[in-house]
Amino acid sequence: MKLSLALTSLFVGSAAAWSSLTMKAEGVSSRRNIFKGIGAAVVAGVVNPGNSNAYSVPDLPYPFEALEPHIDTPTMKIHHDKHHATYVANINKATEGQEEKPILDLMENALEAGPVRNSGGGHYNHAFFWEEMAPPAEAAKTKPSAQLEELINKSFGSMDEMKAKFEAQAAPGAVFGSGWVWVCVNKKGDELKLVGTPNQDNPLMKGVTDEIMFPILGLDVWEHAYYLKYQNRRPEYVSNWWNVVNWDKVSENCAYVVENHAGVNVQG
Amino acid sequence: MLFLKSSTATQLWIVLVAVAAATVKAEFKLPNLPYAHKDLEPYISSSTLNVHHGNHHAKYIATLNHLVKGGGRDLKKMSLDEIVVEAHKREDTGLFNNAAQSWNHGFYWKCMKPGGGGEPTGLLLEKIQEHFGSYAQFATEFKNAGNTAFGSGWAWLVYHKAGGALQVTKTIGAGNPMTTPGLVPILCMDVWEHAYYLDYQNKRPEYADTFLEKLVNWDFVADNLKEAMESSGRGEEL
Repeated sequence: MKLSLALTSLFVGSAAAWSSLTMKAEGVSSRRNIFKGIGAAVVAGVVNPGNSNAYSVPDLPYPFEALEPHIDTPTMKIHHDKHHATYVANINKATEGQEEKPILDLMENALEAGPVRNSGGGHYNHAFFWEEMAPPAEAAKTKPSAQLEELINKSFGSMDEMKAKFEAQAAPGAVFGSGWVWVCVNKKGDELKLVGTPNQDNPLMKGVTDEIMFPILGLDVWEHAYYLKYQNRRPEYVSNWWNVVNWDKVSENCAYVVENHAGVNVQG
Repeated sequence: MLFLKSSTATQLWIVLVAVAAATVKAEFKLPNLPYAHKDLEPYISSSTLNVHHGNHHAKYIATLNHLVKGGGRDLKKMSLDEIVVEAHKREDTGLFNNAAQSWNHGFYWKCMKPGGGGEPTGLLLEKIQEHFGSYAQFATEFKNAGNTAFGSGWAWLVYHKAGGALQVTKTIGAGNPMTTPGLVPILCMDVWEHAYYLDYQNKRPEYADTFLEKLVNWDFVADNLKEAMESSGRGEEL
């Protein structure tokens, strides 16, 4: 397994070198595209020993320190290597011996499936979360597509109004305790909705919101996502977080869910 | 008034002020920690206590006072216990969350002490052994409750007024067992991540172990048990 991983990495590495000549330099997007194809298979192949289930913690698309100063390095390390890893270990335990499915496929009926709700939700949510962020210098170069901008303006009035509503939804009084805040495309695909969900629930799960919706942007407001740097100052965490949102990725998510009326697939 | 002797006038003013004070209840105050911020080190840092008490708990109290101020006259006459129960009945989420978190934290600070931890003694130990089989079994159940409260929540040891049993339970968010008639909390452990994250990060089980081994104030728990037994007519067992 390790040898094939090394060989694949070599291949991927050369492919990366070539594609970086043709794509944007320092491409977070280029790195992502590389990993999407081959990487997904490789990552999925690095399984927990002795467990046939393929869920694994996907690599971050950037180093742990890349989101500084907005999200600190120790938080990224612990959040990814410990919290996300625990969800993966638990969802593997819960689905042992079952037919292998992408984690996205477990979301719709998660509320009826015991530990899948918490652990499966936790795995999906975090895998989704890492991908939509980028180092601040990169993020600053990204912007919503025309399609996304149109939906934002239609649904919220403007980007600023969306951000204000998002921050209100992310406040400790609105999502009390642990949870997430999401911008979703509705089932029909013609409007954006803002929603807060508790614990590791997400709007892909039947029964969590009035109707299933497809997240294109999400923010973890569990205290573990921000406590080391911000302590009780969740609003400061939320307003700083905009600096690391990769609007190109959010636009990709939007295009996908509008076209397919389905949730975004994630790695791992 | 002007014609009364000054001492009588003073007495009248005192009476008037006292009457006014009796009808307009003072705001809830943030209780002091029963120990200095550094006194639970190395198990809970002064940084944690500073933020947990000075920011989180303080904010719950401030918001509670704000809500009571803007609420009905009846709220203003209630004790904190009463507001917790009433808010739960009314399904007033905002009022409940802030009242219950104010209550829970005030109780939590007293559940710990410097040099705490270890095993209880006396009647409390007897009751624990009676209802759990052994202290070790209680400890396992209590820590498990804390470790399996998914997200934000609390682990509790409660006394059942009807029957006198002890039981471990857990609540989510601001949940408090007092909202179930007949249950009396005698011990709690905060497992919201803010209670332990600076010191233990993701290692909640280590925090729970340490809570019982090094922090729990069994004297306070024993007093709570005694009070609960007396108020449920079992005073003669004491």
